[in-house]
Amino acid sequence: MDCNRVFVSKVKRLTIVFTLLIAFLSIKIDTFAQVDSAVVPVDSVVAESAHAVSGEHGASGHEEKKFEPTEVIMEHIADSHVWHLWGHTSLPLPIILYTPNGLEVFSSGHFHHGEEDYQGAYNKYRYVADASKQAMGQNFFNKNIKIVGADGNVDEIATAKLIDLSITKNVAALFLGVVLLLVIFISVAGAYKKRVNKAPKGLQSFLEPIMVFVRDDIAKPNIGHKYAKFLPFLLSVFFFILINNLLGLIPIFPGGSNVTGNIAVTFVLAFCTMIIVNINGNKYYWKHILLPDVPKWMYVIMIPVELIGVISKPFALMVRLFANITAGHIIVLSLVSLIFIFKSFGIAPVSVAFVLFMDVLELLVAFLQAFIFTLLTALFIGMAVEEHH
Amino acid sequence: MELVTPSIGLVFWTFVAFLLLLLLLRKFAWTPIMGAIHEREQNIDEALNKAELAKQEMARLTSQNQDLMQQARAERDEILKEAKTLKDGILNEAKKQAQVEGAKLIEKAKIEIENQKKAALAEVKDQVSSLSLEIAERVLRTQLDDKTKQEALVANLLKDVELN
Repeated sequence: MDCNRVFVSKVKRLTIVFTLLIAFLSIKIDTFAQVDSAVVPVDSVVAESAHAVSGEHGASGHEEKKFEPTEVIMEHIADSHVWHLWGHTSLPLPIILYTPNGLEVFSSGHFHHGEEDYQGAYNKYRYVADASKQAMGQNFFNKNIKIVGADGNVDEIATAKLIDLSITKNVAALFLGVVLLLVIFISVAGAYKKRVNKAPKGLQSFLEPIMVFVRDDIAKPNIGHKYAKFLPFLLSVFFFILINNLLGLIPIFPGGSNVTGNIAVTFVLAFCTMIIVNINGNKYYWKHILLPDVPKWMYVIMIPVELIGVISKPFALMVRLFANITAGHIIVLSLVSLIFIFKSFGIAPVSVAFVLFMDVLELLVAFLQAFIFTLLTALFIGMAVEEHH
Repeated sequence: MELVTPSIGLVFWTFVAFLLLLLLLRKFAWTPIMGAIHEREQNIDEALNKAELAKQEMARLTSQNQDLMQQARAERDEILKEAKTLKDGILNEAKKQAQVEGAKLIEKAKIEIENQKKAALAEVKDQVSSLSLEIAERVLRTQLDDKTKQEALVANLLKDVELN
């Protein structure tokens, strides 16, 4: 629990830094929002006229298009069916759709960035933004795959039955992370087999302290003598989060996707934690939830509270990781966006300095969040398997 | 709100990938690695314990050696001392004995000398008596060659006897 306290204080300090930075950014963005609002009428007029004049020459209008930081940032933060490489080059990813009729597998390249429909085996598909979301006034949106009806419009009822199991950008990045982990740790395991009872060497010596740290400072103090059973899960979670956090910090192709900053990924991790905690919960754990040491009439309040606690603990894990990583990505991208908002090289050094600072901070956060997630998982497991005498 | 809505596809693939990762790593990485680390830690512990024991044994042996040395030294001193007393005793005994022996010899020599002296004196006495007898005989003979003289002597002797 000692290290827990230390890290809580560190998290507080981090939060202060974050708050200050976000405050700084909000001030900056506010001033620009004011300027923007003054400019918007003119700009929209220009855009409209550009649209009107250029017609099908969308490319010429592209030059005049106002830079939308929110759109850029949200495009990066969210998932996508193509993996953007550079400029106008992007890697089409396979689309796997589960329809009531059967599986459909095709490349997202067929959509040509949503400009064309694709006739699959069972339906005709279109890659468009959700109309309802646009109606909600969101100025950013991610395109989804929709079924096109016979009349040429999107058939929302048929689309609702569609299950999108595509290998999206995040799924591909996730697989990359998993493969990297497998390659790294199986080779390290080989090194252990080859160098029995010798001092670690190379990659082995880099990873061993981290593994021993997870064992001695996370698993042992929080779980107790039954730690060995949960160690594989804790190590897997720790390194899975860590490598995906780190890959997310690389701005170019194999990295750069926001895997651990996606709520689906953190949801699965937190869900696994919840399952493990509740499967291994002993009678004391369940007694604490279902028959707490309070007067009987309090059960009406206490049991629902405890049951909510079962869900809220992993829920907090899910949101914490998601929010931390997403916030980091948003801040870095916002800082980069400053250059394009100002349209000036003058701001570049300031922006780059801040990005550098944030990247280093994110490097810390990558380790910290992996640590916190694993630590809290170990803590919850420890609470569930603790023996009361 | 798209940001906080988990998409089914990603949930599905994450679940599959993570479960696979967990199972594969548990079988091929965590079990052998943690086993190896544990084994090595135990080995190191054991080696350290052994070193500690060896150190203690060494210290024990050294102190034992010192003890032995001291004991040996003490023993040597003891032996030397004993030898010295023994030597002194023998020497004294010898001296005493020599003195006694010498005294005895001297005593013996004295007695011998006395005896010799006595014998010599006796012999001298004998010789002197026989010599004097001889002389007397010879004197008598010469004196008693003639008859008269003999008669005188007898008369003389008789006179002496009568006087007695």
